[in-house]
Amino acid sequence: MIQELLFAYFAFAMILLSILVVTGRNPVHSVLWMLLLFFHIASLYLLLNAEFMAAIQVIVYAGGILVLFLFVVLLMNIREEVRINKFIGAGPTGFTFAAALLVVVILSIRSFVASPPGIYSIDVIKQQTHAKALGMILYTDYLYPFEVASLILLVAIVGAIVLAKRRLKS
Amino acid sequence: MVPLSWYMLLSIVIFTIGVFGFLSRRNIIIMFMSIELMLNAVNINLISLSHYLQDLRGQILAFFVIAVAAAEAAIGLAIVIALFRNKATAHVDEVKEMRG
Repeated sequence: MIQELLFAYFAFAMILLSILVVTGRNPVHSVLWMLLLFFHIASLYLLLNAEFMAAIQVIVYAGGILVLFLFVVLLMNIREEVRINKFIGAGPTGFTFAAALLVVVILSIRSFVASPPGIYSIDVIKQQTHAKALGMILYTDYLYPFEVASLILLVAIVGAIVLAKRRLKS
Repeated sequence: MVPLSWYMLLSIVIFTIGVFGFLSRRNIIIMFMSIELMLNAVNINLISLSHYLQDLRGQILAFFVIAVAAAEAAIGLAIVIALFRNKATAHVDEVKEMRG
């Protein structure tokens, strides 16, 4: 019962917050609503017994990505932003497309068939601790994708510097 | 016990809100935030499936999604800064040099 109540609160708050993020007029407010949304998502992960993912969510998203967003938002002219129309001319088309996508996917959820459960039940994870169980899989079965992810991050660092630096005078 | 379909419904609703924001907002930073919203919706789906199917591979996939989201945010915001430097605007409908 308490789980259902908690889920209901989180679902309601997350949907409300994401609507506020998307329709907010002031971008700074949008970033702050998004911060609150990320904390709610982290709490939802705790409800799903994924405490390592909750910590990663708070550290990487709330601590890293949103601070980056705040830096860039501060470059903007907020006064002009608040005055003009926030949607482009094709806004209703976007709304129609999103609503159609929602209906199609909700109709397709009913035909979802779960596969037979794996070996990592809650008791096994509790016995091993979550971070250790995750690390054992990540560094053995998924070692190659892990290295590729580090390469992606390296490319992102180099690319961000190349794109954002001033052109050198030659 | 919360049924799995509730988590899937929550995930698709947040994803759709992200799609709507990406397609209809004028401000490029809000468009990037909509992309982050969509990635987070996918993560919720992956982690809830991982919990209900008792298999940690969904969480591994969510881990990689978070890594790619960090890279995407860095590159995207660098593009926004380059846009500010060249055009001094954050509105996507004022950037039309590449229109044929």
